[in-house]
Amino acid sequence: MRSFQQIILTLKQYWADRGCVIQEPYDTEVGAGTMCPETFLRVLGPDPYRVAYVQPSRRPADGRYGDNPNRLYKHSQLQVILKPAPADVIEQYLGSLEAIGIDLKQHDLKLEEDNWEAPTLGAWGIGWQVMLDGLEISQFTYFQQCGGIDLDLVPAELTYGLERLTAFLQVKDSVYDIEWAPGFSYGDVRYKDELQYSVYNFEMADIATLWKLFDLYEGEATRLLQLYDPKSPGKKRFPVLPAYDQVLKCSNLFNTLDARGAISVTERVGVIQRVRKMAVAVAAAWSDQQSAVAEVAQ
Amino acid sequence: MSVPDTANGPVLEAPEILVDFPDPAVDTEAETLLALAQPQRKEAGGEVSLRLLVEIGTEEIPDWMIPTALENLRLSFEKLEIPHESVRLDATPRRLVLRAEGLPARQPDSVERVLGPPKAAPPQAAAGFARKQGVLLADLKVESTPKGEYYTYLKKVPGRNIVDLLAEALPGVILGLYFPKTMYWTGKGGPRFIRPIRWIVALLGDEIIPFELAGVRSGRLTSGHRRLGAREIAVTTANYERRLGEHGVVLSAEERRNRIRRGMAAIRIKPDDALLETLVYLTECPTPIQGSFDPQFLELPEEVLITVMRHHQKYFSVEDSDGKLAPAFVAVMNIPSDPEGFVRSGNERVLRARFNDARFFWETDQKKKLADRQPDLAHVTFQAKLGSYLAKTERMMQLAAELGGDAHAVRAAELCKIDLTTELVKEFTELQGVVGGLYARVQGESDPVWQAIYDHYKPESMEDAIPRHRTAQIVALADKLDTLRGCFGVGMVPTGSRDPFALRRAAQGVVRILIEGRFDLSLFDYIGADEALKSFFAERVRYYFKDIRGFAYDEINACMAASCGWGNLVDLEARLERVRSLRASPDFAPVAAAFKRIANILGQAKGIGFTALPSGVDETLLEAGPEQELYREFRRTAGQPIENAIARLRPKIDLFFDKVLVNAPDLAVRQNRLTLLETLLAEFSTIADFSEIVTNS
Repeated sequence: MRSFQQIILTLKQYWADRGCVIQEPYDTEVGAGTMCPETFLRVLGPDPYRVAYVQPSRRPADGRYGDNPNRLYKHSQLQVILKPAPADVIEQYLGSLEAIGIDLKQHDLKLEEDNWEAPTLGAWGIGWQVMLDGLEISQFTYFQQCGGIDLDLVPAELTYGLERLTAFLQVKDSVYDIEWAPGFSYGDVRYKDELQYSVYNFEMADIATLWKLFDLYEGEATRLLQLYDPKSPGKKRFPVLPAYDQVLKCSNLFNTLDARGAISVTERVGVIQRVRKMAVAVAAAWSDQQSAVAEVAQ
Repeated sequence: MSVPDTANGPVLEAPEILVDFPDPAVDTEAETLLALAQPQRKEAGGEVSLRLLVEIGTEEIPDWMIPTALENLRLSFEKLEIPHESVRLDATPRRLVLRAEGLPARQPDSVERVLGPPKAAPPQAAAGFARKQGVLLADLKVESTPKGEYYTYLKKVPGRNIVDLLAEALPGVILGLYFPKTMYWTGKGGPRFIRPIRWIVALLGDEIIPFELAGVRSGRLTSGHRRLGAREIAVTTANYERRLGEHGVVLSAEERRNRIRRGMAAIRIKPDDALLETLVYLTECPTPIQGSFDPQFLELPEEVLITVMRHHQKYFSVEDSDGKLAPAFVAVMNIPSDPEGFVRSGNERVLRARFNDARFFWETDQKKKLADRQPDLAHVTFQAKLGSYLAKTERMMQLAAELGGDAHAVRAAELCKIDLTTELVKEFTELQGVVGGLYARVQGESDPVWQAIYDHYKPESMEDAIPRHRTAQIVALADKLDTLRGCFGVGMVPTGSRDPFALRRAAQGVVRILIEGRFDLSLFDYIGADEALKSFFAERVRYYFKDIRGFAYDEINACMAASCGWGNLVDLEARLERVRSLRASPDFAPVAAAFKRIANILGQAKGIGFTALPSGVDETLLEAGPEQELYREFRRTAGQPIENAIARLRPKIDLFFDKVLVNAPDLAVRQNRLTLLETLLAEFSTIADFSEIVTNS
């Protein structure tokens, strides 16, 4: 039986063998692997890129105090970006499932239409959810737009729900029972996170403080983005990446406030707009920064 | 047999490629190689008759788009006007296939007549013309034309090779197929299709139709089932379907459908044709398997269990011998067998987790009654400009009362949206309404109230029934009318295919509930003075009566233009039925034509200042003969059914127009005569404006 960590190591090795940079998780809270700069920004512009990383993805509203066997506040996504997508990308993906011991002649695999859209990121793509014996194990997306910008090269984004995949392979009904490493269950490693963050997100997070933080991070991002000058000769050194960190902070605060039930009808649409506006501005600045670099190189 | 273009010479190269290929994933077969050497064509009466095979190999196309795409492919092919005896379309999620039989190798030659100089022109002109056509003077003919005698040349235009024609046309045909949502994948500005195209088979007889599309060259290599077949399989037009079969692909949708049906024949499933079609186009090698679940879950409402199985897992539900839900399901897998039981147990595990979630939500939601949750609706947006569902609820309660709803209807309107705050509906959004109804029943609300909550989203499609009970119909009307009024009020009007709030469906629902529920009221009393909304409804009413009920468009125009308007849809329906039955009578068309004439005469008269006599027709001014007879007959028929009246009036009207000059020189007589016509028209216009009826006379 493969442990959770063996599955992760095998998949990382598999994608490393296919030319991916293996990155470590991004060190700011995100709701999905897509939001990491390694995806959100790297898919922009004309440069090919391949990267894989495991991203702990935080969704405050999905927390269940560690009581629900299938639902987690923080789950682990393996995120793979192949830019541009190779013609045999689905074959490569199926190969990765076989690498972790799934015999696809003995299991039922279907690709069901599921187009992905993230309004807060101005991003969308075309793709499928991958169903294995009736279980959704992956999301497969050909990105079309990110930060409101049509992409030059179309990347394939593969995300693996690692806990689900492991529960499937280990034949476990509860994610907490899966073996993380010999002698350690998932529950041993993560139960406390699930319980304590659920308590915080649903009961104890101080709403006024979170709003104050949101405003501060938004202020810093906006201040920076207003300073970006596409005509400046020194624009390559402009801190677009740090500006984006502020946006990610806002996004996580929004999710936490939402889980806390603190966002009213009228506020909700407005707050999503505020985050989107920043994300789109970051994407535009990043794109502009890249194009300038390309011109200099020529 | 034409020699293939060497630049695209896979016909000759293919055997080498196949032999050289070390990849075990490539399937070559001796027969295919032989087939390449032996031309696949039959000679019919000296004419060459070829088979065409076009396969667009793609990544998985959404199942529901496939049948339409195939129909489009057929139409685009027919538009090429290449002679053929038969066409057959097939598809799986990974391929759209067109096969045709009986194509010629070439278009027939044709002759084009080129007109030269007149015969009378100087000889150099004729010589110059012959030179330009590349022929001798002797090859020209002289022909008489209406303008005189001219030199002409009958130029032979050789027919083109069908292969060349197809090579030119197919890329456009393929990329021109319509899909509701397309993507690009080769880079910005690249071709768009529903999903990436990965291979193309294009064969006419044994010859490759050479073209390139999105970086893919056409050829003779198809691809098998993702895991049961080879990735590259050389095929001919003759062995294509069989070779696919050997590689795990059942090409024919009919055969896949039958495979699923056969596999379930011994199980009593809840019939579900839509689900069957989904699975037919979601698989290349469908095989049903039965699984089971813990009977304890049967304590949950059947609606919830079925939704989980149907919508989330694409399973058929199973019934026991009494027709009650059994603790079992049928899943359809995309492989031929499950010898180890992996697929069955995997699906059972997923279903168990889903049912556990549902049970958890069901129990959690019960901790707080619907009625106690009402303040939570303030946090659920209906629409940014229209406020929360709490505000909508208040408007709906008001509307339900105005529509004649009793206390039950108002109570149902008050509770019907609250299930939007429950965990079960957040998880299974398609169960909105149903879940509210089930909770209301458990929580002791009366039958009319919980049933109204349960049904108030109906009808959700043209096929769906309207709510069963009066209270539910009223709540459904209140919900839909409020949405329509609100959206139109803030300018959110559907345009083209954009209808994000499904307003067309809502309006169609209102129309059907009013008519099929026999609501004797005027729609106009509930939609206010909004002209845009009124004409939006007019469109839906026309659609309903024409496309669903089969009335002729002019009958609908006529009845909607009647003097009483069309706001009372039950009355409109009754009038339509009468006009339709009238139409069968031989008197109808002439009378309709006469009414059109009357309407024209009155229109012109009004244009020059005519107004009808306020006191009506002055009998003393009526001329003896046809005019008086028409008037008397009209008086006699007053209050009679229109069917009788028309039969009796027809000869009088005919005679009137035959003998009487409407625009009499005497102004008083003329005005009286016009007043008579207007009275006549007004009388019948209460049913329909007959001048809208299209007649041959």
